[in-house]
Amino acid sequence: MNGGELPKELSSDELINIYKKMLLIRKFEQRITKDFGKIKSPLVHTYTGEEAIAVGACMAINEDDYITSTHRGHGHFIAKGGDVNSLMAEIYGKEGGICKGRGGSMHVADFSKSMLGANGIVGAGPPLALGVALASKMRNEGKVVLTFFGDGAANQGMLHESMNLAAAWKLPVIFILENNMYGWSTPFHAATAIKDFSIRAQGYGMKGFTIDGNDVIEVYKTIKEAVDIARNGGGPTLIECKTYRWQGQTIMDPDKYRSPEEKEEWKNRCPIKAYKTRLIRGEIIDKVMIQEIEEMTLVKIDESFKFAKENKNPDPSTVLDNVYKKPIKYGGN
Amino acid sequence: MVEETKTMRGLDAIRLAIEEEMERDESVFIMGEDIGKFGGCFFVTEGLLEKFGPERVRDTPISENAILGCAIGAAMAGMRPIAEIMFADFLTVCMEMIVNQAAKASYMYGGQISVPVTIRVPFGTGIMGAAQHSQSFESWFMHVPGLKVILPSEASDFKGLMKTAVRDDDPVIFFENKRAYYLTGDVPLDKDFKIPFGQARIFTEGDDVTLVATGAMVQESMIAATKLTEENIHCEVIDPRTLVPLDKKTILASVEKTGKLIIVDEGCKTCSVSAEIAAIVVEEGFQYLKKEIIRINTPDVPIPYSPKLEKKIIPNAKLIQEKIKKLI
Repeated sequence: MNGGELPKELSSDELINIYKKMLLIRKFEQRITKDFGKIKSPLVHTYTGEEAIAVGACMAINEDDYITSTHRGHGHFIAKGGDVNSLMAEIYGKEGGICKGRGGSMHVADFSKSMLGANGIVGAGPPLALGVALASKMRNEGKVVLTFFGDGAANQGMLHESMNLAAAWKLPVIFILENNMYGWSTPFHAATAIKDFSIRAQGYGMKGFTIDGNDVIEVYKTIKEAVDIARNGGGPTLIECKTYRWQGQTIMDPDKYRSPEEKEEWKNRCPIKAYKTRLIRGEIIDKVMIQEIEEMTLVKIDESFKFAKENKNPDPSTVLDNVYKKPIKYGGN
Repeated sequence: MVEETKTMRGLDAIRLAIEEEMERDESVFIMGEDIGKFGGCFFVTEGLLEKFGPERVRDTPISENAILGCAIGAAMAGMRPIAEIMFADFLTVCMEMIVNQAAKASYMYGGQISVPVTIRVPFGTGIMGAAQHSQSFESWFMHVPGLKVILPSEASDFKGLMKTAVRDDDPVIFFENKRAYYLTGDVPLDKDFKIPFGQARIFTEGDDVTLVATGAMVQESMIAATKLTEENIHCEVIDPRTLVPLDKKTILASVEKTGKLIIVDEGCKTCSVSAEIAAIVVEEGFQYLKKEIIRINTPDVPIPYSPKLEKKIIPNAKLIQEKIKKLI
């Protein structure tokens, strides 16, 4: 559980970076929530409470390995090294956004960081991950793909097709199931007869694990193992990370379907707090450093907000750009 | 210099294009159900496995979303995949990957990437395929910005447009008419023979009436047009060949000349290709029209199994001929 030994292969800097990234995601989402009125889109999904999964997972791969994300993608974006300013500007629909204000919160992507996009369709990331993995395999690049999806997506037909094909072709894909207990308001136990999704792995001919998704080190270690297998031609693994969405489904969700007791219980299992305690106990950081990191993080978030606010809106005359690589003449255009 | 050609069927021309593109570019590969050893449901890919091996000619499980997801993902990573969906009717189970993923990626990610995937789909009637193996869905995809929709009707066009599709940087859905598979034509053997998208083909010129037709309806229109020359009626038969982008200019110029337009389309009438073309001509060429526009479509009915019933609903040369004479 959250409290074991820190992995020896990670340097102090790397261990601290894990903390910084989780905190950056947390503060980012808090800021977005606070500024909800300014953003105006109700379709903004926060990753608060689930930070350990994206950060632990991305820690286990190389910079040029790929990830696909979900509609709840800010955390994955930050964890993969995406720029917070361009993320914030995208959520505000500005030209300086990572997708030039065309995509918004549900479509943040940074292909230069091999972050292949948040995706508004539940379960649509894994089929795409197959192809990226296949390309890597065909070109002998040795790159792997982490594909994140939720307990809701787990019941999509696309997931079944993807896990089967990945196993049949031994593709270097790691299926990371973020079980945050709810598909919007529907608890996963009401949508599924099994307790742990990982038992499905066996039916596809791959290994499956259920782990504490709030323990960043456990996430890192488990995924690292799966990555090593995938990179060496051993095919895919399914890793179910149990976690909890602290906020509603979107920032407009009044979230009346979950009890305050339940939410409180999970807040007590905060992944960031638990990891901080471990770092202090391991004498990796002290209170002064914690304070510094906290302040630096807040400055970064303030800067990103300022960047987004001062950034210009997209020029309406460019609204038809990028439908195709080169504009075509047809119909209404 | 005389261009070297060879007479072959439509499906052979597609195979030749794929083969040449796979030889030319290592990032091109093909995947789909039973396309390897079996050679594909219509034998379009016959022999490719033996030539290129199982890495580049990939038999897949019966999982259309996984097939297209895999092809689109590979395209995002810089490959140029060709994916076959065995029958156009099966596009219904993988609309997600085409409509929400392939078509949107370039735009919604702010132009960071493009998706150079080619999706091949046999479509149309003529094989007693009944309601779920005979449909013509091409108009659906015209409604999705981001896709290019290609629909050739003749062997050399199959080759030239397939080669353009594979080399194009946008997602292309390539409709292959089943009846056109078996029509022969003279196909250029030049390995760089490409036909640009957005350029209609005028099959025969005429001053009396413009016939715009697609797929198997091009041949039916040509039979009708040839017959009518005996009665001194001269039709101009145009095959747009690519529906998105659409060569409006050629169609409008022809209507300007003839003043009369008949559109022949194997799809169901409502919201069909013919509906779109008619709307364009009304909107942009109303002043040229001397008569009402005639649309000849399959009626809004599922395709029946019995050939007698199928024949009753699919437009043919005789019907086209009658409609032309009535209009003139």
